[in-house]
Amino acid sequence: MYELLAQTGLNALYAAAYLSLVAVGLVLIFGVMGVINFAHGELFMLGAYAVVALYTEFQMPYVLVAAIALIFVGCVGLLMEFTMFRPLRDNPLGGLVASIGFLVVLQALVSMGFGVRMEHVPPVTQEVIVFSEKVRLPVQRLAVILAAIAFLGALWLFLKRTRFGWALRASAQDREAAALQGISIRKTSMLAMFIGGALAGIAGALTAPLISVNPNMGHSVIVAAFIVIIVGGVGSLEGAVVAAVAYAFVHTAVTTYWDGVIADIVGLMLMLAVLIMKPTGLFGTADRA
Amino acid sequence: MRRALAPAAFGAALAAVLIALPHGLSFSQQEILVFLTINILVVASYRLLTLTGEWSLAHVVIMGVGAYASALYSKEFGVFVPVAMLLGACTSALVAMALSYPLFRMKGFYFLIGSFAAGEIIRLLWKRFRDPFGGPKGLKKIEPMPDFDIGIWRFDFFEPTSYYYFALAVVGFCLWTMWRVEKSPVGLTFHAVHWQDRLAEAAGVNVRAYRTLAFVIASGFAGLAGALLAHYIGTINPNSFDIEQMVFVLTWAIVGGTATFYGPILGCVVLTGLNEILLRELGLEQGRPLAYGLVLIGFVLFLPKGLEGLAEKALKALDARIGSGMAGGRQP
Repeated sequence: MYELLAQTGLNALYAAAYLSLVAVGLVLIFGVMGVINFAHGELFMLGAYAVVALYTEFQMPYVLVAAIALIFVGCVGLLMEFTMFRPLRDNPLGGLVASIGFLVVLQALVSMGFGVRMEHVPPVTQEVIVFSEKVRLPVQRLAVILAAIAFLGALWLFLKRTRFGWALRASAQDREAAALQGISIRKTSMLAMFIGGALAGIAGALTAPLISVNPNMGHSVIVAAFIVIIVGGVGSLEGAVVAAVAYAFVHTAVTTYWDGVIADIVGLMLMLAVLIMKPTGLFGTADRA
Repeated sequence: MRRALAPAAFGAALAAVLIALPHGLSFSQQEILVFLTINILVVASYRLLTLTGEWSLAHVVIMGVGAYASALYSKEFGVFVPVAMLLGACTSALVAMALSYPLFRMKGFYFLIGSFAAGEIIRLLWKRFRDPFGGPKGLKKIEPMPDFDIGIWRFDFFEPTSYYYFALAVVGFCLWTMWRVEKSPVGLTFHAVHWQDRLAEAAGVNVRAYRTLAFVIASGFAGLAGALLAHYIGTINPNSFDIEQMVFVLTWAIVGGTATFYGPILGCVVLTGLNEILLRELGLEQGRPLAYGLVLIGFVLFLPKGLEGLAEKALKALDARIGSGMAGGRQP
């Protein structure tokens, strides 16, 4: 019983790690630009395909590939900012619809380039940390957990300690007031998009050897990320992380006892319940929509 | 006199064209015509929903509810197919009614995400429960429409032309009904709820009740469209009603524009036409989602009023030209 609990906990921790990387980016983008990026799951997918292309095909070192994925997907985020979100700055619903269009474009491009079949990424390391007979933690999963802690910690420090981070938080709180203080909304938007994209990309790159990589993989990720940001409150980074951990535990536990589809349904029901009872989320404060 | 005659003449000409249309086409083009007819109902009902200002992402799933319900009624209980279709439409409307309680507590983008979540829940239920929904593989061998004879035409519903006529009649009737709804006091209230919801509320309009009403009516028509589709193609699965299909509907609505009744229909017809002419002829059928995504982004960015905006501009320019021409003619 304790072993089952411990194993569920480890699985949940791993799920929480990559989920919070995705969700925090989504919240950051929403906070600064006021737009929900529906294509965020596809940015995760791009990160995974960077690994398929460079690591599986060209045998480049995995760490280098992960770094490339981080920068590449961050730049895709910048591209979205330039082409869609900036011109649609005064039309958040239009931005959302455009990002739905971008989602389909990315899926279609990847399907054309790689085919719709599932890609197999060879494991980077086969090592497993064995706590006991039934409690095991593959090192690749540990790497995801540690990387998430490192990246989120770095982001936290960046937001709280640097001038750029301070500007970013200011424009998330009140865009006009920030602009009046001389903060460039253009720069903070670009920064938010790059960070958001990069976090999704690195999450995809790190989990690629552990999950099935296919052009539609972004769908389940974005559904989970929506649940997390709604439950955590759309404007709250800390809320997103807490909600990611909580949701990952609920989802993993339900998956262990019933199955994954039931777990998805439970998660979506939770999200609807939060939307009905407290639309600002459990940790959110101000209502921005 | 002439004013009353012109729309009647136009209607008669349109009817003649629509009835003659399938006879010049190949078999596969006739099939596409059937889908186009059904899609027009979907996109027109989607516009009815957007009248009150809320954009749902569950519309295609609601359409699927009608498809699944109608297929199951005819399959499991042996209900006569046209009756099953109507019951399917009612089921969609009822499901929409149930969903409206949680969903209309939200507005704007919360509503969008909420409707997406609600749609996903329904889709996952289809996927999870093999009995009765058939799981990921969905329902197969759905009862076709039974053949019948009306003297001048023998309806054999494996023939796309026959099904096209049947769908055309149903969709035509639905469009007429939606048109009447929009022009009625209820429809005018929908507009009021969209553009002036505070004012409407102050004037004693129950805003939420009207939003619900629009949602339920639109969902009923979408369910009927789903039922029409299910009994024609004979097999449906959860992925027939996924986000990609929703993107198609969104694209039709946005490309056409939602300010007028004909806008979304125009968008659907033009894009389907371009799709068939350009992509299929060039052998780029695979590129359809890519093209739709790019078109969607392009219109949101550069033509937010859609084709109807262009059409209106063109009409105005024409009017001005004719007007100035006539004014010029009067002068000696």
